Amino acid sequence: MTAVIIVGAGPAGMAAALTLVEAGLRPIVVDEAQRAGGQIFRRPPPGFTRPPAALYGADAAAATRLHLAFDALGDRIDYRPQTLVWAVEPDAVHLQGPQGRVRLDRGPLLLATGATDRLLPVDGWTKPGVFSLGGSQVALKAQGVAIGRRVAFCGTGPLLYLVAYQYAKAGAEVAAVLDTSAFGDGIRALPLLAADPAKLARGIYYLGWLRAHGVPVHHGVRPLTVHGESVTGLTWRDAGRRLNETRCDALALGFGLRSETQLADLAGVPFRFDPIRRQYLPDIDQDGRAPAGAVYLAGDGAAVRGAAAAETAGRLAALALAADLGRPVDTAARDALRGRMARFERFARGLDAAFPFPVDLLDTATDDTLLCRCEAVTVGTMRHAVGELGAEDVNRAKAFVRPGMGRCQGRMCGLATSELHARLRGLPPDQAGRLRGQAPVKPVPLA
Amino acid sequence: MTPDIVIVGGGLVGCSAALHLARAGRRPLLLEVGRIGAAASGVNFGGVRVQGRALFELPLALRSRAIWDNLVDIVGTDCEYRRSGHLRLAKTPADLDAVAAYAEKVRPAGLDLEVIDGAEIRRRHPAFNATLAGATWSAGDGQANPRLAGPAFARAARAAGAEIRDNAKVVAIEPVAAGFAVATADGQRVTVPQVINSAGAWAPDLAASLGDAAPGRAIYPNMVVTEPLPPLISCSLGTYGNGVYLRQVERGNVVFGMGRGRLAAPDRAVPSAETSLAAMAEAAWLLPRLAHAHVIRTWTGIEGELADGQPVIGPSPRHQGLFHAFGLSGHGFQLAPAIGAVLAELATAGSSPTPLDGFSITRFTAG
Ligand SMILES: Cc1cc2nc3c(=O)[nH]c(=O)nc-3n(C[C@H](O)[C@H](O)[C@H](O)COP(=O)(O)OP(=O)(O)OC[C@H]3O[C@@H](n4cnc5c(N)ncnc54)[C@H](O)[C@@H]3O)c2cc1C
Ligand SMILES: Cc1cc2nc3c(=O)[nH]c(=O)nc-3n(C[C@H](O)[C@H](O)[C@H](O)COP(=O)(O)OP(=O)(O)OC[C@H]3O[C@@H](n4cnc5c(N)ncnc54)[C@H](O)[C@@H]3O)c2cc1C
Repeated sequence: MTAVIIVGAGPAGMAAALTLVEAGLRPIVVDEAQRAGGQIFRRPPPGFTRPPAALYGADAAAATRLHLAFDALGDRIDYRPQTLVWAVEPDAVHLQGPQGRVRLDRGPLLLATGATDRLLPVDGWTKPGVFSLGGSQVALKAQGVAIGRRVAFCGTGPLLYLVAYQYAKAGAEVAAVLDTSAFGDGIRALPLLAADPAKLARGIYYLGWLRAHGVPVHHGVRPLTVHGESVTGLTWRDAGRRLNETRCDALALGFGLRSETQLADLAGVPFRFDPIRRQYLPDIDQDGRAPAGAVYLAGDGAAVRGAAAAETAGRLAALALAADLGRPVDTAARDALRGRMARFERFARGLDAAFPFPVDLLDTATDDTLLCRCEAVTVGTMRHAVGELGAEDVNRAKAFVRPGMGRCQGRMCGLATSELHARLRGLPPDQAGRLRGQAPVKPVPLA
Repeated sequence: MTPDIVIVGGGLVGCSAALHLARAGRRPLLLEVGRIGAAASGVNFGGVRVQGRALFELPLALRSRAIWDNLVDIVGTDCEYRRSGHLRLAKTPADLDAVAAYAEKVRPAGLDLEVIDGAEIRRRHPAFNATLAGATWSAGDGQANPRLAGPAFARAARAAGAEIRDNAKVVAIEPVAAGFAVATADGQRVTVPQVINSAGAWAPDLAASLGDAAPGRAIYPNMVVTEPLPPLISCSLGTYGNGVYLRQVERGNVVFGMGRGRLAAPDRAVPSAETSLAAMAEAAWLLPRLAHAHVIRTWTGIEGELADGQPVIGPSPRHQGLFHAFGLSGHGFQLAPAIGAVLAELATAGSSPTPLDGFSITRFTAG
């Protein structure tokens, strides 16, 4: 039998590996990172010695448990860190890593590729000193450095508060937390958020902590312009439409997370539009199984639900895979996992309601605002592509004026481009279509 | 307005035909199953070269060159066409003999090629692999942005009065007394005296449904592109034989192709990783400085190739009023503008000043 290949060693991939080993299989685990852990349980390089409590806060216990269990797998898995899966073909999976380029026969595939920041263009957002929210957290977690002395956090989503809190705890001055969602959004979402009371309590704790430590927190904000050659401040409108300026030497921007789905695309998995997450996502069943091709998805790469859900989904997808290979599966355990996933999904919907994606920013963005930074495509150019050139969908806009055609292949700007396209045509976002994926999913060296 | 001719397929061939017909006072209706100019015409390498073509193809190719050279006047935009020149590289002395002999052969037909030896290559292009035996240089050839070409011709055609419909799949062409009843998937039917079959890789099936058979298959040329790089090479180039072809677009990305992708599902071609890796190795051999670049994307497209590697262009031997233009066999982007002009002449005047001997579909049935 051809070996199972797990892509990603975050909570979803690690949990899947543990479950498959329990089922008597020896999966290959491929992960781009230097050490297993994924986004949230990212470990600093060897030699950095911040303790788990400082790195992972309230998740320290979960992080340590998973790290230890995964490390203990030893030879029972074929673990390949620092290795990128750059192509998936009908019969092969292609790797690029310390062993150079390697072709694996394609066995069952479990994709646990995680998420990245969901971005929206703000005038000046590509200036030095502006970071994605996730990037600012990575700087802190992996390198133990802050992105600036006086940092403003703008955008939306639970990470906004979490990262601001982590920065404050690490000794940085937090200039402000500028949330684009309205205070009322959060209140209305409470019934859904009650699906995970512990997490809800934690979110409220971060907010309270920031307030208690004198950090200005504003809701219903609309960011306007980033000032300075290198960031010196941000002007924004408050909920009452009054103009404000926050002075800072670094700005973290982020509007929630988006799933990394390119490998599923290459593997031939069909996609459907998820109106909650406003993204085309792999069309899978409740256990993470794709309709064909022995492909399974788990974690934020299938749909953003957070780390605890990712771990649960990793187990569930691994059980589905094992069952499909004819291994005996504990159905009671599986049903319990399904029940937990339903609660996670409810909570995720609550988060979306509490922190809606403020796509109206695209309506007021100036023509000069950069949309695609790789190819320097502005919002105005995109308006021209849709208006004068008649680009019918995002792939056409890309063909005409290049958004999504650069190094990142639309991983950063793709969603904003779709939203802008749809808004310019007065249509819902699914009508913009989705950028087609191709190998390599990330740049690979030519030689 | 009732159409007097239907064009099936909105690639560059169909769009150019629509433009030339509309300008000749005809009322073309173009039906395209997907998006205009998004199939082979929209994803090809963008090479606009005359050199290397068969002798009987040269009059058509040179006519197309004249259109490419005057694109702004003809369609109102340059589609990023640049007359950058084209190098046909010879790796071995035997290859150099072959390309030099070709240069001799085509001179009387009006194609001027300069034969360059290895030392001269090294002088002009120090970045190239130093072991190349030589090349032929075609100063009048160039390169263009394929993504812009079809839509630009379609916009110009529309402005000239052509009706152009996308998302319109032709499901049947039925000979009737008044010409042809053309049925689309949405249940509409239109009857016209004339039909042009320019449905690219799908055209042979349409032709066969009307009794006009041409043996061929679909091919999927495999393409690779790097991140934007500093200026490295200004001309387009190919390698004698089936080697790599390569150019650098204005943005700085180096685009190259070699070998074939494959079909993953009906009408869905995908690049092949193995082919891409082979092309990458070849590109790095040719331009050692590329070794440090990153590849950001690979792709392919679906193109029709006929048994003898040459297109069919001309009237149906069976049905008066039916014209075929397909099987462009991987080199039709350069030809397409002129093919459209020729089709308009055939449909309107019954003949074209451009010699079309060698393109007749009867070559597959006669004898
Ligand atoms: C920047 C960022 C910061 C976050 N911070 C927090 C936080 O502080 N608290 C919190 O609760 N949640 C946080 N989240 C959300 C949390 O990370 C996720 O919910 C959780 O990590 C999801 O786990 P996962 O296993 O699905 O994916 P991940 O943990 O993201 O793991 C995916 C892994 O797959 C690898 N991978 C992806 N593609 C490939 C490929 N082609 N080849 C090889 N390897 C590949 C990645 O390198 C990564 O190691 C954050 C998310 C992001 C994006
Ligand atoms: C990857 C690649 C690289 C290439 N590189 C070069 C190059 O560098 N130089 C060069 O000269 N040539 C090149 N070619 C070849 C060139 O692209 C083609 O020969 C040329 O574009 C063909 O144009 P076309 O209009 O005939 O076909 P297409 O562009 O394929 O158009 C045919 C159209 O017909 C439509 N259609 C099909 N069936 C129906 C139906 N039933 N109803 C309605 N519409 C239908 C299709 O959707 C399609 O849009 C390359 C081709 C590929 C694929």
